[in-house]
Formats: sequence, structure tokens, C-alpha cells
Amino acid sequence: MNIAVAIDQIPQEALPSASEAGPAPKRIVVAFGFWIFLLSDIVMFAALFASYAVLVRSTAGGPTGAQLFNQTTVAIETACLLFSSYTCGLMSLAVNSRRYLRTYLGALITFALGAIFLGLEIREFLSMIAIGAAPQRSAFLSAFFTLVGCHGLHVALGLIWLTVMMVQVAVFGFAARVQHRLLCFSLFWHALDIVWVGVLTVVYLMGVSS
Amino acid sequence: MNFLGKLDWNAIPLHEPIIMGATGFMVLVVLVVLGFVTVKGAWPYLWREWLTSVDHKRIGAMYCILALVMMLRGFSDAIMIRSQQALAAGGAQGYLPPEHFNQIFSAHGTIMILFMAMPFVVGLMNFAVPLQLGVRDVAFPTLNSVSFWLTASGALLVNISLAVGEFSKATWWGYPPLSEMQYSPGVGVDYYLWSLQISGIGTLLAGINFVTTILKLRAPGMSYMRMPVFCWTALAANLLIVAAFPVLTATLAMLALDRYLGFHFFSLEGQGNQMLYSNLFWVWGHPEVYILILPAFGVFSEVMATFSGKPLFGYRSMVAATMTICVLSFLVWLHHFFTMGASANVNGFFGVMSMIIALPTGAKVFNWLFTMYGGRVRFSVPVLWSIGFIVTFVIGGMTGVLMAVPPADFQLHNSVFLVAHFHNVAIGGVVFGVMAGYNYWFPKAFGFKLDERWGRASFWCWFVGFYVAFMPLYVLGLMGMTRRMQHYDNLSWQPWLIAAAFGTAIILVGVVCQIVQLVVSIRHREELRDVTGDPWNARTLEWATASPPPAWNFAFQPKVAGLDAFWSSKSHAQATREEPAPPRNYEPVEMPKNSATGFVTAFFAVVIGFALIWHIWWLAGVGMFGAFVTLLAFSFRRHNEIEVPAEEIARFVRAHQAGVAA
Amino acid sequence: MTEVRHERAPGDRPSREMNESAPSEFLVYTIGLVVAVLLTATSFWTANTTLLWSGGVVLGLAVLAIAQMGIHLVFFLHISSGPESTNNVLALAFGALIVFVVIAGTMWIVADMNTNMMMPSGAPMSMRMQH
Repeated sequence: MNIAVAIDQIPQEALPSASEAGPAPKRIVVAFGFWIFLLSDIVMFAALFASYAVLVRSTAGGPTGAQLFNQTTVAIETACLLFSSYTCGLMSLAVNSRRYLRTYLGALITFALGAIFLGLEIREFLSMIAIGAAPQRSAFLSAFFTLVGCHGLHVALGLIWLTVMMVQVAVFGFAARVQHRLLCFSLFWHALDIVWVGVLTVVYLMGVSS
Repeated sequence: MNFLGKLDWNAIPLHEPIIMGATGFMVLVVLVVLGFVTVKGAWPYLWREWLTSVDHKRIGAMYCILALVMMLRGFSDAIMIRSQQALAAGGAQGYLPPEHFNQIFSAHGTIMILFMAMPFVVGLMNFAVPLQLGVRDVAFPTLNSVSFWLTASGALLVNISLAVGEFSKATWWGYPPLSEMQYSPGVGVDYYLWSLQISGIGTLLAGINFVTTILKLRAPGMSYMRMPVFCWTALAANLLIVAAFPVLTATLAMLALDRYLGFHFFSLEGQGNQMLYSNLFWVWGHPEVYILILPAFGVFSEVMATFSGKPLFGYRSMVAATMTICVLSFLVWLHHFFTMGASANVNGFFGVMSMIIALPTGAKVFNWLFTMYGGRVRFSVPVLWSIGFIVTFVIGGMTGVLMAVPPADFQLHNSVFLVAHFHNVAIGGVVFGVMAGYNYWFPKAFGFKLDERWGRASFWCWFVGFYVAFMPLYVLGLMGMTRRMQHYDNLSWQPWLIAAAFGTAIILVGVVCQIVQLVVSIRHREELRDVTGDPWNARTLEWATASPPPAWNFAFQPKVAGLDAFWSSKSHAQATREEPAPPRNYEPVEMPKNSATGFVTAFFAVVIGFALIWHIWWLAGVGMFGAFVTLLAFSFRRHNEIEVPAEEIARFVRAHQAGVAA
Repeated sequence: MTEVRHERAPGDRPSREMNESAPSEFLVYTIGLVVAVLLTATSFWTANTTLLWSGGVVLGLAVLAIAQMGIHLVFFLHISSGPESTNNVLALAFGALIVFVVIAGTMWIVADMNTNMMMPSGAPMSMRMQH
């Protein structure tokens, strides 16, 4: 208690560290909250990755990854996501400098690349189901469809989100909260690309090489 | 293709008198409450001030009310389990048929952990953390409301399962293959799945909200090592929520895919792996128990320091122990399935980790004891709960260390010894903790103290009742009784089970005392009124404002220059004998505006859940569309803040100061 | 005495006045893209090469993936080791620890159970459809 009182005497100005700066501005709070959400999302993916790793050999006599995966499709998908991550980054530069045309253009390219990715993934899924490699076939395929599909679902939600954000830019302009949301969107989109690096490596590349 | 999926009139168990009686009673209570609100014309007030409120204090109070209601529900299950086992010895079958008994213990576990303990703990954090940090609200107030209402939706679904259909018979962890469609074709497991998923999303959002609040919104000057211990434990618990709940979401989603679409994650066919489910479930499940106990540790720390009139002994070691537990709790989950067939290496590793986690916990116990040592301890109700906790929790902890030894666990696994152990830490730790917190913060929340006499009576009944109810289970476990028995042949068990049932009756008296305490306190609120805002002579910032605090919490942002900020400002004022604060110019405050988003989203969540449970696909689609539109509408709202004028704040402060002076 | 300063929002670049000589933001993204493309191409090459033994392929792919994730974090998400982003990095480290524990722990536990129960690798106890 005496120590506490002693500290009380120290003038406030002598304590400038960031942890004593008081409540952070809205932009930092929003982005940090979303950062924490992304971590939780990645832990969810970790559970799906762990399940996939455990079940990858449980093919129940059905097809294996090496028999199913088409590297060309996967390479195009990877390129789409990587470039969309890049255009998303350029879009956030345009948002920070409040340029409408570049923002819309960046969003359009990002959306198109994401949509191509999604289309390719759906086509891959449908072709697998068509040859009897449906998720009901084996534990391996259940895990595959769930892990890759969960990533695809995130991409789809991201596309919806991006569309809504462009409407908001049109309606509200670059209002502070629109900017915060666009910052969160770019975090989300980059994080999806990081998850895809994991999917590409663990599912596809390790799948075809073994 | 049926328009209502699997739902028809047979879903309502009209031939089961016990279930219909319980349902009737529940419906009656709901109707009485709704009727009362309607007669009083309180709907506009309720809607404006509570249902759409985004004030963290209101939301915290609603969490606690939800928890207390669900406690009654979970406790009636407990009474039924104990009385059934007291009766069904030898050839007797008791009064509960197996399929009903299985639902009861599954519901008891699910409710007590996810819909009683969780909301209570989150509610206390909601109420106290922003006040202790000296800020006006949490980081995302509307999200906070969404979190609460999603939790309430999950609880509602569990209660609907009583009347429409059935609840899971596959225990509160729903191990496959029993929980797969093949062995549980009814809707019980689906009720379990969707109520946990919906409330789990709510809890996850709450966790994100609190981690952000604690790390990014603190009063100026409040560095990490000046945060009250409750905030530290809340930070640890919410980090665990953020890190563990996604695993539960993923695991239950996989089980749902198995059940709904015929996937083969955990099924017997298609090379599914049942052990994977147990593994993933406990990756969440073990951190979950620390999510519950850590905030309770925080409550005890606040109560011990306040009522001993001393600073908390070993603040730094307390913080270190809390964060150590936070990380270690992710390295022990296998001790829930030592007997599943892992080799000695794996069992040994997790056994040792489980024993190590007892060390920081032990350090905490000594800190509490040394806090009391040499202090002038006031034996008020929160302190009684705290001392009861120390004694009980140490016993429970030691039986836990015993079971952390894999060879011992091979004897005790799945026996009622285990049941006694985890009730020993769950009741002795979490329930005693939330009760201490409830008695401690009630005057802050509502402006009057809870009645001491009835509080004491309630504590002693709980305390004695707990020992009478659960010590016999230790003995029975050593005698070889396994858990979840609907009936048994070994007559030598019966006296112990009758004793346990008697203990439950004593706890029932304790629960009644709590209800009476609340009623008596409300009726005598004028005598119990606290005008100072600081009824316990406490140490942390939540006591620096009025009771109940205004919506804006603090007229001025507090500035913090040390640990126990409020205590040092009180001693400082005393030492210099100066008037508390010279009159200052009040400034208008921006507060988040009420929002129906949480309530409406949760309504649609219930619709989605119910539709999925009964396979009413079109309705699920409608629900999802509704939830999406609701969130979209919120995102297009132009003004999320409302300004409280300076005069209103000044008026409130003047009224409060007049009350203190009088 | 420095002015009180808040930590940076995740994803934001360091403020200009802190770092005068920082390269332009456009350049940062472009460097990131180029490096990521190179790493991805190397990953594809590694997966299809016969130069490495099979364990080496898996190891190489893992290293490349982790490097790739690091590139994304640094060049796209602007994570840095500066004091301005301590919280962001700590949160990330906590998340990475949990991800590691969940994946490694699960794989270790289930693999150990399968071998200890004398099952062929990947085939759990209750297999009905063994071919």
C-alpha cells in the first residue's frame, strides 16, 4: 500500500509507455479485435488440418490423393489467390489515400480472381464426386472435402463481404468505419491466402508426392 | 419430402408424465412472467433498457440471470439423478426409465457447464472488467449483445428439447460412435450439437471482445502490472476461449457432417476414427475447465484483498501463475482418456504435465492464505464462500493429482470417484467463486447489498450439503461403482447413495435460501441501500463510481498511478485531507446506441437451430437469410453513438455526492 | 521525453515519421508477390522432383510453406518486430503455439494409439471395411 501511494506521487507525464497510454483509437481496437478473430479462425483450421493429417491414409480402399489431384488446377488456383492477395494489398493502399477509382478497380480484380478460384474449386469437387470420390466414400475424402471446402466457404464469404464493402464505399464514401472494415477485410483476405499455403502444401503437394 | 421435416405431433412426449409435468411447470412459469410483464406494461421498458441494451453492465446482469435460471434447471436434473440412484438398488428400477435417465445426466452436464457456469463467469467478467479497467464499455458493445443473445438461444434450444423431441442420451461430450446417426437416430444429439454450436459462437465472440478490451482499452496509466487480478484472470480465460472454442466448433461441425451428410470422420464405416473425436473434444474440454476456474480465482483474489483490508499477497506471482496455467492448460488434455490405449510415453507425458499444473495453482492458494494472514478479515458472505473454496478446492485438487497418475487413473477412470473429483473442483471452485462474485458485486450492480443472514445460511447449506453429497461418491468409486448407472445390483452401495441424496437435499435448502435471500433483499432494499458506491471499503476502480453505475460508468476518465488504484486514491485523499475533487467542467460523453441486432440475430439463430434439428431445410434457409439481413442492416446504420449531454452527467454526479454526504 | 504512443493496428504500415527511409508501400507488396511466386514455384518443383528422398520432400515442402507464410506476414500483413506491434506479435505467437500444439499433439496421440493397439498405420481399432 505504501508503495502504491509512493507511485501515486510520481507525476503522470513521467510514464509514457504504450501500455499506459489509455484507451486506443477506434481503428486500432477494431483491427486488433479482428486480428484476434483471425487467430481463432486459424485455430479452427488447425483442428481441420489435424483431422486431415490423421485421416489422410484412411481411404477405405477408395481413391487416394495422388490419384485424384490435378496439379495444373491447383497451380492456377494458387496463382489466383496469390495475385488477389496482391491486388487486395494495392486496394488497401488506394483506400488509405482515398482514391475511389483505384479502390473499385482493386476490389474488382480481387473479386474476379477470388471468383475464378472458387469456380475452379467447385469444378474440382464436382468432378471428384462424379467419379465416385464423394466425401461419403472414405474418411480421407470426408476430411479433404471439409478442410478444402471450409477454406472455400471462407473465400465465398469474403466475396460477399467485399461486395457489401464496395456498396458501403459508394454510399458512405471513405468514412472512418468503412475504412476500418476495409482494413479488416484485407487482413481476412491475406489470412485466407496464408491458410491456402497450408492447404496447398499439406493436402495437394504432399498428397501428390507421396 | 415433408414440409416440417421430422417434426410431427409424436415429438411431444405426451405419454411421459414426468417430462410433461416439468414441461407444464416450465410453460406455466414462462406464461406467468410474460403475463406479469404485460400487466405491468413493462414491455417498452424491458425492450429499451434490457433486451436491446448494449451496456456491458446490463448484459452482464442478464448473463447472470440466465445462469441462475439454468442452474435451477440443471439442479433439478441433479436431484433426479441422485434420487434415482438412491432408489434403484437390487431389483428396483427407480422411477426413471433408462432412456429418460440417460437424457437427464446428459442434460445435467451440458447445462451446468455450458449454460450455467459459462454464462455466470462471462456475466461477472462483463459486469466487472470494464469498470475495473476504468473505461466506459467493452471494445465492441453491440457484438457483446449478440454474444449474450446467442448464448441465450443455445439455452432456449436445450429447454425446448424438453418439450419437443428429446435431448441427447450420449452424455455431455457426445462420443461417437454412440452419437452417430446409426446409434442415436433421434433428434437428441442434434439438439446438443446445435445448442452448443450457437452458444459456442456467442462465447467465442465474447472472448474476442474481452481480449481486445483488456489489451487495448484501459484507463490512462493502467499498465499491465497495474491491472486488478480479476482482469488478469479474465484475460487468461478469454485467451483460452479464443484458442479453444474454435476446436469445439470444428469438432462438432465434423460430427454434424457425419450425422447429416453421411461423412466418415468418426463413424465405424469408411475408416472413420472415433479416437480423433475424443482427442479433439478434450483439446477444447480441458482449457474449458480453466476458462471457468480462472475467473473464479480472480474473484477470490479481489474478495480476499478487500475483506482482509490488505493488498493481495504476491500480486506478481499471482499474475505469473495465471498466465502459466493459461498455457499449460493446453498441454494436459489426454488425461481425460488415459485408458483409451496410448502408450506409456504419451500417458507419462500428459500425466506429468497434469501434475505440473497443480504447482501454479498451489502458489495461488498460498497467496490467498498469506493475504488473510495478519489482516483484519471481515467474515462477510463473499469471504465465507472464499474460505469454503480454499478448503474444498484443495481436497478436489489433491484427488485430481491422484488421478493424474496414469496407473491410478486406470483404476478410477469412469468411476464415481471421478464424478466426485470434478464436482469437488467445479462446485468448490467455480460455483463457490461465482457465488462469491455474485454477493460481492451485487451492491455495485443494483445499489443495495444482499441480505447477510440468508446469504450465510445459503453458504452453510451448500458447503455442508456438498460434503454430504460427494464424499460418499469417493468411497463408492473406490468400491467400484461406475458412473451413469440407472440401476445397480450391489446393495452395499445403497446406504452411501442415500447419504449422497440427502446431501443433495441439503444443497436444495441452500438453493432455496439463495432465492429467499434475493427476495428478502429486494423487499428490504431501502435498509440495504448503498449510497457511497463503496460498501466493502474496496480497492479497485469499479467501487470509485456510484452504485449502480451510470451508463457512462465514470464522469471523468480515471487516471491510474498504481496497483489498487481506488485504494491509493482513498488513502491519498485521507492523508492530505483535501476535498475529493475540485469541481470540474463536465464534458459530454459519446455512448454506443442501443441495438436490436443481438436480439433479432439470436431469434434467427433459434430458428436456424430448430430447423436444422428437425430437418426443416426451407426454414433453415429463411433463418440464415434473416440473420444475414439483420447484420447487413446493422452495418448500414449511420449513427452508432449517442451523446450524453454534460448537464445530465453533472446532475447525476451532484445527486450521487448529495447521497454520500447525507 | 517521448510522446505517449499507441501500438499499431495489425495490417497497418509503420507511421511515416517513425521510418523516413521506408520503401514505398507499392514496392513492399510487389517484393512480397515476387518472393511468394518464387517460393510457390519451388514448392511445386520440390513436390515433383526425384532428386530428394521422400522424407526430404516433405521436409522441404514444410520449410517452404513456413517461409511462404512468413513472407505473407511480413510483406502483406506488415508484421514487424518493432515495439509498436508487440501485442500483435504476441497474439500471433500465442496462436502459432496453439496451432502447433493442436496439430502436433493430435498427430502424436492418434499415431501412438494406432501403433500401441497394434493396428496397421492409419487404420483404427473399429475398422469394418478393411480391404
